Amino acid sequence: MSIVEKFITMEYGPAPEDPREALAWLDVHQRRFGHFINGEWRAPAAGTYFDTADPSTGETLATVAQGSVEDVDRAVKAARGALPAWQALTPHARARYLYALARQVQKHSRWLAVLETLDNGKPIRESRDIDIPLVARHFYHHAGWAQILEQEFPGYVACGVVGQIIPWNFPLLMLAWKIAPALGTGNTVVLKPAEFTPLTALAFAQICQEIELPPGVVNIVTGDGSTGEALAKHPDVAKVAFTGSSEVGRAIRKATAESHKKLSLELGGKSPFIIFEDADLDGAVEGLVDGIWFNQGQVCCAGSRLLMQESIAEKLLRKIQDRMNTLRIGPPLDKAIDIGAIVARVQLERIQRLVDQGVAEGAMCWQPSIPVPSRGWYFPPTLLSNVHPSSVVAQQEIFGPVLAAMAFRTPREAVELANNTVYGLAACVWSESINVALHVAAQLKAGVVWVNCTNLFDAACGFGGYRESGFGREGGREGLLEYLEPAWFKQAGRMHATPPAITQPPEAAGDFSAPPIDRTVKLYIGGKQARPDSGYSMAVRAADGRVLGEAPLGNRKDIRNAVEAARKAEAWGKATAHNRAQVLFYIAENLSQRGEEIAVRLATVVGRKQAESEVRLGIERIFSYAAWADKFDGAVHNPPFRNVALAMKEPIGTVGVLCPSDEPLLGFLSLVMPAICVGNTVIAIPSEKYPLITGDLYQVLDTSDLPGGVVNIITGRATELLKTLAEHDDVDAIWSFTDEASAAAAKMLSVGNLKQVFTNEGRAIDWFDAKQGEGRWFLDHAVQIKNIWVPYGE
Amino acid sequence: MTLRDKPATMRDASLEHLSVSGPGAISPSYTAIAQYGGRELQPNRGIPLNLDWIAAVRVNTSAVERRAQTLVTRRTVKKDWQAAWLLRAITCMDLTTLSGDDTDERVRRLCAKARQPIQQELAQKLGVESLGITVAVVCVYHTFVETARRALEGSGIRVAAVSTGFPAGLSPLQERVNEIRRSVEAGADEIDVVITRAHVFGARWQALYDEISTFKNACGPAHLKVILGTGDLQTLRNVARASYVAMMAGADFIKTSTGKEAVNATLPVGLVMVRAIREYAQETGMAVGFKPAGGIRTAKQALEWLVLMKEELGTPWMKADLFRFGASGMLGDIERQLEHHATGRYSADYRHPIA
Repeated sequence: MSIVEKFITMEYGPAPEDPREALAWLDVHQRRFGHFINGEWRAPAAGTYFDTADPSTGETLATVAQGSVEDVDRAVKAARGALPAWQALTPHARARYLYALARQVQKHSRWLAVLETLDNGKPIRESRDIDIPLVARHFYHHAGWAQILEQEFPGYVACGVVGQIIPWNFPLLMLAWKIAPALGTGNTVVLKPAEFTPLTALAFAQICQEIELPPGVVNIVTGDGSTGEALAKHPDVAKVAFTGSSEVGRAIRKATAESHKKLSLELGGKSPFIIFEDADLDGAVEGLVDGIWFNQGQVCCAGSRLLMQESIAEKLLRKIQDRMNTLRIGPPLDKAIDIGAIVARVQLERIQRLVDQGVAEGAMCWQPSIPVPSRGWYFPPTLLSNVHPSSVVAQQEIFGPVLAAMAFRTPREAVELANNTVYGLAACVWSESINVALHVAAQLKAGVVWVNCTNLFDAACGFGGYRESGFGREGGREGLLEYLEPAWFKQAGRMHATPPAITQPPEAAGDFSAPPIDRTVKLYIGGKQARPDSGYSMAVRAADGRVLGEAPLGNRKDIRNAVEAARKAEAWGKATAHNRAQVLFYIAENLSQRGEEIAVRLATVVGRKQAESEVRLGIERIFSYAAWADKFDGAVHNPPFRNVALAMKEPIGTVGVLCPSDEPLLGFLSLVMPAICVGNTVIAIPSEKYPLITGDLYQVLDTSDLPGGVVNIITGRATELLKTLAEHDDVDAIWSFTDEASAAAAKMLSVGNLKQVFTNEGRAIDWFDAKQGEGRWFLDHAVQIKNIWVPYGE
Repeated sequence: MTLRDKPATMRDASLEHLSVSGPGAISPSYTAIAQYGGRELQPNRGIPLNLDWIAAVRVNTSAVERRAQTLVTRRTVKKDWQAAWLLRAITCMDLTTLSGDDTDERVRRLCAKARQPIQQELAQKLGVESLGITVAVVCVYHTFVETARRALEGSGIRVAAVSTGFPAGLSPLQERVNEIRRSVEAGADEIDVVITRAHVFGARWQALYDEISTFKNACGPAHLKVILGTGDLQTLRNVARASYVAMMAGADFIKTSTGKEAVNATLPVGLVMVRAIREYAQETGMAVGFKPAGGIRTAKQALEWLVLMKEELGTPWMKADLFRFGASGMLGDIERQLEHHATGRYSADYRHPIA
């Protein structure tokens, strides 16, 4: 075709990025890769390999090692061996290594981008302009954290060997999100890249060699799900970080439940993309392009549910269709392509199946008439309208370039629809009214809310989900905490099953001139004293075996009622921090008023000295959290864009708390107070040893203006109650602070809705020592951070 | 809500829809001059001032900037396609001289360059002699309209005059109107007018509408190009509102700036104006042209602007009927790039005849 014809048609023509350098690198390795263990390439122990293909052609790019249990063991051993020397380095020395990684990534940016596109099928524009620059940014940012770690996280130490399992949608970027914070905090790493996309991780291994990172600090083991399973289960792995499907996330939660491994999960999403009638509609449509047609829609935070205000729905759909007509789908190495290839045939089939199902359920399917390559795994951009919340395409993550559109009438309905999902990863809000946008953003259940923008990421801003989108954050200060533990906690011994020796003989309470008036302790639900559903009570005995009284025997239904009451009391989380502080101070005041009598009764079980100490320190502890209530602030981040990213600390929601047995009063207060001071509501199972404390507690709470339902107390057999709580899908977090078995049970039983689990791992905590028993460690677990990105400019 | 049954398809794939009409040739006003979203569009006749529409304007600056930034990284043209696009850019040029030291001879020199923007030898090497590449328009002050008209006789290149007290636009209205009339009488095919920016700052939309309508009447058969002075208006919302008022009042083209402002044509400003043109086309069925002017100096920028037009409006807006570059220095860079394309060697500016 001549220039004349091109002058007439004004078409784009091909603009391919040259893949020769990347292919030459594969050839240097004879297109066959072993694992990267202890700084060397190692053939797989079992000698098995598998192919990785170019999704745009289906052709094999290279053969990589299938990691076995033995390979994983070798890698973990290498990581463990490297740990002492790595941790002995100064923070500055580790910062230098991370800086070198950042620089090396930049120096090899095009090689990495091309390799990523070859292996994954994403457009070269995205790997070149988004993925790789963010990789470098992540290492830079964490080189900084490594440098100032000791000043910023005093008293915290690294977990040890970290096992990391990453997905195929952003292969090198997810590697960076995992490895940079792990190394920066002094851990060593075994990382398993996704089966479909192992090549850039192997290229990164070479980069580690090039910068002479000490052998064993980073190990890369390739393989499939079984390799990941071996890694997650390895006994010497202290922390597991996973990004991927909710299904695998659940399996890992279960597999690690009976260990003390720290766990962070970044899972799926069905993120709402809300457009109000006062939005810049053209801007919002471009936002959608960046939201759902970015990376072929294979993005966990893709804006896959379009919620549009009814008044503009028709106009908006027309604009979306017009825009879809100008999308270009084709060879991902072409520099003028918007949508590349789907990573694998199995994913392509899954997308088609879900779309077919959506259509069968009544959705209208629209696809632009643009050319789609016949070879390779491509799926055209797709708009599904006439979708209802009950449609499968509105509920399930499709992980493809498919947008499901629904209309709403009012901001309230927008929020309701947006939150009508088991996920909670991200959300977009488009409105030119800052009032509407921030009001809605505050109500969305999502770890990231983008106002008038989409899919912006930065190393300084934590990323991660609410609900079944997982727990833990990547990026920022909160991301680092995932790889750190308090030093005292790491060294804490196992909790003893036997109660501590009581030094003084228990004393009788009250006066004996007349029989005491019977004291009936009840459950405390929704601010009211309630008889147990079972109608049974259990005897509570003093240290000397004497029966002190009876506590109600709570059961499943009492837990159910308590959870309902706690959910109804959610307004507590929206009360002002000052208001919550006032209530807490008042609780302390009222406890102080009754302190002596409570101590006298408590002394019958724990002895006078401890009882007095629990009351005295309990009052202090409440004061501490009253103090924290209006000081545990969020942050404003400075990502490299013209915007403010507001890191809001939000309560997790409804928290089930299993209180320590041996410190009936102080243990209860040490857990319940941090939970409620930031706005959570609580269902507490008090000390099994002395559940009668409930009667004292609710009298104090009742007189302190604490709204009913914020704290609910259910006595009974702790193990049974814990089971019901952990399995309850309307409970958002479980805190277990008794024995090891309870900690494991809490983790194992909470997989249904992937609760956040915070436990003592069965270790002994000295609640009488404020360094252990109170402070940020508890508060950090009581909140989840929502980052609200607000660009500005006129 | 319902979706339209038929998918909207862009027309640029089929050759029939693209005339090879000579550069600068403007379609008769009674035929469709463009399509958008499958709809035929007529030349702009204007509509009554619609204040609701102005009030409903929403422009998010950050979102506009992001689109402008990524638009040019999402698309690129290489090799023969790039050469073709650069030639097209030449045919969309309003080759301009607006200096205090302009003379008749200077204008004649510019017109000669307008007739032959690339050397014949280069055109041969590229195999594009048959296209008879010329620029679209020569744009001058009123004083030189006559000179330019004579110098361009028989070339098909149109003459545009900047008018209405350019660049400030603050002389008395009657004088500005007379200025238009004189230029049209002197043979100008197109009149580039400036608006009273104060009307925008004061949100006096009726006054702005009336002013532009008056200019339109004064133009008679000549095409009216309305310069918004986007560098002065500053906010993108102001740019969008002024764009709508200008189109409602009958502008044939809306144009970014005078070239004399501190900041002239930028892609974000262009994006806002082009989206306004699209919205207007969809609502009224009428097509308005777009002219970025000022600060466009390189071949790379020319390609970026063409990408913007293709992506946001489609190929009808990549022809001189509906798209112009207001530029003087850009041509030299395009020539160098074309030379490089033809020879494989990087060129030097002294190898190409100056305007």
